Amino acid sequence: MAKKNLTREDILHIAKLGNLTLNEKEIELFKKQLSSVIDYINKLQEVNTDKVEPSSQITGLTDVLREDKVDDKRTLTPDQALANTKSKEGSLFKVKAILTE
Amino acid sequence: MDKKYTPIIGMEVHVELKTASKMFCSCKNDPFHASKPNIHTCPVCLGLPGALPVANKKAIEWTIKLGLALGCKINTLSKFDRKHYFYPDLPKGYQISQYDMPFCFGGKVKTSFGDIGITRVHLEEDTGKLIHQKVNGQNVSLIDFNRSGVPLVEIVSEPEIFSSAQAKEYAKKLRQIIRYLDISDADMEKGGMRLEANISLQKKGEKTLPNYKVELKNINSFRYLERGIEYEMKRQAEILDGGETPVQETRGYNAEKDATFTQRIKEEAADYRYFPEPDLPPIKISDEWLKEIKSDLPLSLDSVFKSWKEKHQLNSDLAELLFETASELLWLNRLFEETAKAKLPVDKLVNLLVHKKLKAELFKTEVDKIIELYKKETVISDISDDELKEVIGKVIKNNPNPVADFKKGKTTAVHFMIGQVMREIKRKIDFKRLEKLIISELSK
Amino acid sequence: MNLLSLTIKDASEKLKAGVFSCRELVVECFSNIKKHDKKINAFLTLNEEKAIKKAIEYDGLIKKNKDIFAEKPLLGIPVAFKDLFTTKDLRTTAGSKIIGGYTPPFDATVVKKLVDAGVIIIGKTNQDAWGHGSSGENTDYDATRNPYDLSRVPGGSSSGSGAAVSYGASLVGTGTDTGSSVRLPAGFCNLVGLKPTYGRVSRYGIIAMASSFDTIGHMTRTVYDNAKVLEVTAGVDPYDGTTVPVKVDQYTKTLGQSIKGLKIGLPKEYFVKGLDGKVDSSIKNSLKVLEKLGATVHEVSLPHTDYAMAAYYILVPSEVSSNLSRYDGVRYGLTREVFGAEAKRRIMLGSYTLSSGYYDAYYLKAAKVRTLIKKDFEDAFKTVDVLVVPTSPSLPFKIGEKTNDPLKMYLSDIFLCPVNLAGIPALNVQSGFADGLPVGMQIIGPQFSEQLLYKVAYLFEQETQYYKIRPEFKNG
Repeated sequence: MAKKNLTREDILHIAKLGNLTLNEKEIELFKKQLSSVIDYINKLQEVNTDKVEPSSQITGLTDVLREDKVDDKRTLTPDQALANTKSKEGSLFKVKAILTE
Repeated sequence: MDKKYTPIIGMEVHVELKTASKMFCSCKNDPFHASKPNIHTCPVCLGLPGALPVANKKAIEWTIKLGLALGCKINTLSKFDRKHYFYPDLPKGYQISQYDMPFCFGGKVKTSFGDIGITRVHLEEDTGKLIHQKVNGQNVSLIDFNRSGVPLVEIVSEPEIFSSAQAKEYAKKLRQIIRYLDISDADMEKGGMRLEANISLQKKGEKTLPNYKVELKNINSFRYLERGIEYEMKRQAEILDGGETPVQETRGYNAEKDATFTQRIKEEAADYRYFPEPDLPPIKISDEWLKEIKSDLPLSLDSVFKSWKEKHQLNSDLAELLFETASELLWLNRLFEETAKAKLPVDKLVNLLVHKKLKAELFKTEVDKIIELYKKETVISDISDDELKEVIGKVIKNNPNPVADFKKGKTTAVHFMIGQVMREIKRKIDFKRLEKLIISELSK
Repeated sequence: MNLLSLTIKDASEKLKAGVFSCRELVVECFSNIKKHDKKINAFLTLNEEKAIKKAIEYDGLIKKNKDIFAEKPLLGIPVAFKDLFTTKDLRTTAGSKIIGGYTPPFDATVVKKLVDAGVIIIGKTNQDAWGHGSSGENTDYDATRNPYDLSRVPGGSSSGSGAAVSYGASLVGTGTDTGSSVRLPAGFCNLVGLKPTYGRVSRYGIIAMASSFDTIGHMTRTVYDNAKVLEVTAGVDPYDGTTVPVKVDQYTKTLGQSIKGLKIGLPKEYFVKGLDGKVDSSIKNSLKVLEKLGATVHEVSLPHTDYAMAAYYILVPSEVSSNLSRYDGVRYGLTREVFGAEAKRRIMLGSYTLSSGYYDAYYLKAAKVRTLIKKDFEDAFKTVDVLVVPTSPSLPFKIGEKTNDPLKMYLSDIFLCPVNLAGIPALNVQSGFADGLPVGMQIIGPQFSEQLLYKVAYLFEQETQYYKIRPEFKNG
């Protein structure tokens, strides 16, 4: 693969995917740093992986399932659920209005 | 709508399964009856740091059951994937869903307009619920996570629906099958079943699919689905007539205005960055397991209706109004068998039951008792025409005024006479037969 | 009592014999913390009040019932938890500012198991935020320093846990190892550090870095201590579907057994340029010790080693970007601009490698290479029982030395990450010292071979006794 030079647009696009807002300094810094990392990881293209199955997990486990039973051992009270938020209304979490109409 | 265009419609239907516990944790799955917001939550469905999902076996079995009922093939190896997007009701920033290996694929649903292909049936988790309201004069959105993590099945159809009526029939049929399997209440008003239609118009004679697609989302009734699609067809036709292409967007339907409206315009295709969920090992559907699930599958509705037609001359239009679930159907089967054994007509019984003319509570009153009641209702005693004529004569004699009315052309007078005759005989008589006789007697 | 050289084994015997009390032990931990931690920065949160209360309670238990140690094998043992371990009602930050004020409403499974076994929580330790780092410098707080030389890093990401055990603040420091994070601080701080087999110890309640890589380990001064802790933490957890139902061994029971005939593999790809000569000769010396103990040494090959770091730096950031999505400031914590630079870098890198059009070239390709690397190890274990490799190519480096070049920092884990790709266990033991700094050595085995790794390490440790060399706080 050709040497990768991420553009400013690339960086902004990737940041948007990750729901990050960057300042100018970060944009410049990450452009440089991420380009060099991507350059490095492109080295993988050399490896022949025809007929190789991907490993997204490493245990070989399958069918680890739970029975459909209610168990409230882990259930939180609304107070516990809301204990770490800065923004609530009664026993509901509160965010800025999200327009749907 | 003018005949220049054919609508091409594909549907995505979401249904909440009514398992006892949630999809990936053992919290109670009961968002509709929760006494308070955020009382059915735990670290898993609240997306707290460090919490991990473990999949609910029954939800998987029910998804496969639904797939089988829709004639789908079942993937022998399946897995969950993470679908990423940011929204405050999605606690982990990703939804555990299925991407390229859904549990079920390639089925079909029959409608009176033709078959509709089912692309896939997959399992995922529901999000929390957003409530939009004003707090201290400010517009805010409030979030309740009782619904977060409820098992949600998505049924995706091929773009093989070609009218609003067909879309409605398809959605109704789906709900009927889902309720029949007793895996969901599929309550549209509460959001237990949510409809989404992708609509575009194709010029008559063209073969390629249109290059745009409008998503009609968050539809909570069959009627609104039909109206929304019709509105879209008109709206899109006007735009196409003007030489333009409708914008690719998500629209909602406003029932008051009977119109669709823009919800979200998609500038670029969403990039969900799917990848295999590392916290959940893949799922192998062994032959044995599949056999077990199949053995639990009730007879298909189509074959039930067919056998009722053959055995009892029963019309499915009417019979389907009587029941929803497979266990209710078993009960009805027993009732019908017993009725037939008693040499009583089943179709008439169904008619009475549908119109609530028997004092019986379906699925609760004992079968014997219902048949007894039915007998009383149906006995059109072997009363002869002569016997009847005698009574009619008596009634005519005692009611000179209505008779005169009839002769003046007031036909409703006959109904009064029927009532009088019935009261006199104190038995159930076929209405039509009696009416005919009275008219002929009066006309003498 | 001298906490700098105390082990769990000593402490348990002395607590049992009444030589000192739980309370005295815990008070001693906090007095060391007060003495050193201003300079070392090993802790982010201390649990002093509750710890002392608990210690007094346990002293009462011991007085009443000497057999309580059978029921609670780690009774009274001070533990410092890495701040990725969720602790009920005790602040848990992941080394980050974004959840700097988060107090969990539940305990991680491992925390619960250890607490049930009688440990006393001393506090929560500093770390590279979210586990992203090899030096401890990526913490959103002040960087932890190496007790052997305060101008150097203690290794990361479990930097605080390593330093804390090393300088006598605790007898156990827990850690997570996604690519290096237990073994590197153990290697740099002269400790025994276990990266267990993936799926051996529950991840439930451990703040996730890369879910298919994260393993839950711990650092102690000796092999015995380490084995003792794993006996408590290992096992299937119904809350973690990736824990594997393989029997948990009595790891301490086989310590001392001979390793005669053990076949040790030396992967030739690991002994190449870039390896510090002092590290190289230390490992060579250690191999001689192992040979003296009856082992034989064989060259083996792990042919895809050169691609391991590239695969690692695709798969791990992909999972990181996903796992960090939940931090949106709605249910807990602050908004996403508060993420530190390294977290942002990894979120962006992972978003890129998973994004539409790049998934096949990056994520999928790397997942295939992962299969090849796993197979490399499986093939090697057909001919040898364990592998021995250096933990780090270099000695503990200076604070600030690599912070401006993320790629250079990433590559310092070159001997560590392949093990995580393969999901196999590895144990860091001390190979010796060079220039007064600890040199770590990894013993790597096939899946679920922890018992064998402990057996090998134990005999080696008995022979060398490097664990007795305690830090002198150079350049303090």
